[in-house]
Amino acid sequence: MHIVVVGKLVPDLVEDLEVDASGRELDRQFLKLVLNEFDEHALEEAVLLKEAHEARVTVLAPDADGVDDALYTALAKGADRAVKLVGLGEAPSSRQIAAALASALPSLNFDLVLTGVQAADDLDGQVGMLLAGSLGLPHVGVVTGVELDLDSRRARVRKEYPGGWLAELEVQLPAVLGIQAAKQPPRYVPVSKVRQAMKEHTLEELSVEPGPAPGLSVRRLFKPEATGRAEFLDGGPEEVAARLADILAQRGLVR
Amino acid sequence: MGEVLVVAERFRGDWTEVTFELLAAGRQLAQGLGGTLSVAALGHGTTDQVRALGAADRVLYADAPELEAFVPEVHLRVLEAVVRSRQPRAVLVANTSTGMDLAAPLAARLGVPCVAYCRRVWAEDGQVLAQSQVYGGKLVAEVVLEGPGVLAVVAGSYPAEAGRVSGSPAVEEIPLPPLEGTRTRFVRFVEPEAADVDITREEILVAVGRGIGDRENLGLAEELAAALGGAVCASRPLVDNGWLPKNRQVGKSGLTVKPKLYLAAGISGAPEHLEGMRNAELIVAINTDPKAPIFDVAHYGVVGDVLEILSALTEEVRRRKAQG
Ligand SMILES: Cc1cc2nc3c(=O)[nH]c(=O)nc-3n(C[C@H](O)[C@H](O)[C@H](O)COP(=O)(O)OP(=O)(O)OC[C@H]3O[C@@H](n4cnc5c(N)ncnc54)[C@H](O)[C@@H]3O)c2cc1C
Repeated sequence: MHIVVVGKLVPDLVEDLEVDASGRELDRQFLKLVLNEFDEHALEEAVLLKEAHEARVTVLAPDADGVDDALYTALAKGADRAVKLVGLGEAPSSRQIAAALASALPSLNFDLVLTGVQAADDLDGQVGMLLAGSLGLPHVGVVTGVELDLDSRRARVRKEYPGGWLAELEVQLPAVLGIQAAKQPPRYVPVSKVRQAMKEHTLEELSVEPGPAPGLSVRRLFKPEATGRAEFLDGGPEEVAARLADILAQRGLVR
Repeated sequence: MGEVLVVAERFRGDWTEVTFELLAAGRQLAQGLGGTLSVAALGHGTTDQVRALGAADRVLYADAPELEAFVPEVHLRVLEAVVRSRQPRAVLVANTSTGMDLAAPLAARLGVPCVAYCRRVWAEDGQVLAQSQVYGGKLVAEVVLEGPGVLAVVAGSYPAEAGRVSGSPAVEEIPLPPLEGTRTRFVRFVEPEAADVDITREEILVAVGRGIGDRENLGLAEELAAALGGAVCASRPLVDNGWLPKNRQVGKSGLTVKPKLYLAAGISGAPEHLEGMRNAELIVAINTDPKAPIFDVAHYGVVGDVLEILSALTEEVRRRKAQG
């Protein structure tokens, strides 16, 4: 059983995001990149499956600032191989990544591809779902739990719906799953283990061509117009609390 | 021609609210393109329900046992066949749990672009444009499609009432493509667990997000909720951490609430969260980041530490109540 986890680094949303002079792209100069949080869940689910079955886990991610750290961390968490996709340029679109993967993945002989359900920069669609479409593989997104049956080569997955509803689906492998949440929160690994992984492993590199991305262009990128922007209450906590209590009292909400 | 195709969404035997929102969006887009509006209605036992989709000029329906429950691979196969035969200018899909399994793979199969998280779609000089929420709602990308494309529209972006009109659309049955050999099977639905508190019925909700820091701090939210006579709910990460049960989650994959007061404490306001609470009567947000998207939907905002503000507010509310 060979599980491939596809991840990508995205801007840390806690930081300020600025638009560059072109008005169409992010200013990437001081951007801090982190592994997409849902890809962290995909990795966690893969490692849990590896622990439960005899599986190998390979993690793939496009080259980016900080990708080495992310990949070594993945190895420290339990991945067996880590592969950097090079040749995609800075900030490839989901479509470009998916197209590159569609040509590179078949040679890896995988049984299951896990990706995060989405990423914050998926303007043109989710990598996993695009990949499934390109390769004609069965796919399920918004998944919160994967069980494998190695004998029948099937995965049983739980897909989330609004209101806490879940659907159970059975998929024949190979398949692509978009992971929303792993069965448990992504594990933490101490820096010492990451350092150890750096000593024990080398990152592989896979040269890929950026696939064609069909006719879509960004005309402008901007901060949302503040239509109904909040009225801000200033002052220390007590002052703010008193103002808030007034507002609530006026509406009959403090009774 | 400028045909716009809306993909109707079903859940447990009926069209979902977002279907009518898509019809409203599709109608405007079709007008802008000078074209017609079609709706693809895939399901089983739908025959009597297609009339509800009267906002469209044409209902393309497929009624088959295989389409009873949503199976990504099967629905994709049927939808691809419909789109290949009709060649619409734009396909509108909901950016929901089911729609996300259709939009991107469909675009990939057809070799056309996909735009995720659309909040607006419209036409200019015969071209299709969209505004998409990216980076957790912190930025908006305005995109132009050169040719046909698939647009995934976020729930709550268009008024459902505008798409809930009766009419007498032409009804055509979709010839089904072969469905043998599909590799995915629907097994069953799992119902949500019974809740001790029904947050959709609460008038006052204190909602906590990752900004609360530690699990122990939840007590501060509980205390404020108790003082105000409300309940505590949460954003998704807290539920994923197991700090609160799933039935307290607000948002896309949780519940939609409309309380008199929604106090968002340490919640960034990701689009998936906003989907579940943007129509609350009064929204108050506390966040250390003045640029957090939650402030775009809040009526009142406090830039500050959630723990400090929650404690101070609890004390203030208690003091006032004690005074009567
Ligand atoms: C298909 C899908 C479905 C989803 N469904 C849901 C859903 O139903 N509900 C949901 O909520 N999410 C959902 N999400 C997840 C969503 O994308 C976000 O990840 C989530 O809403 C973020 O939660 P948060 O705001 O608590 O955390 P974060 O985005 O991490 O925000 C934490 C906030 O706290 C602030 N903060 C930090 N410290 C403090 C402090 N001391 N005082 C005050 N503020 C502080 C930060 O500035 C930040 O704005 C879904 C995602 C997907 C892909």
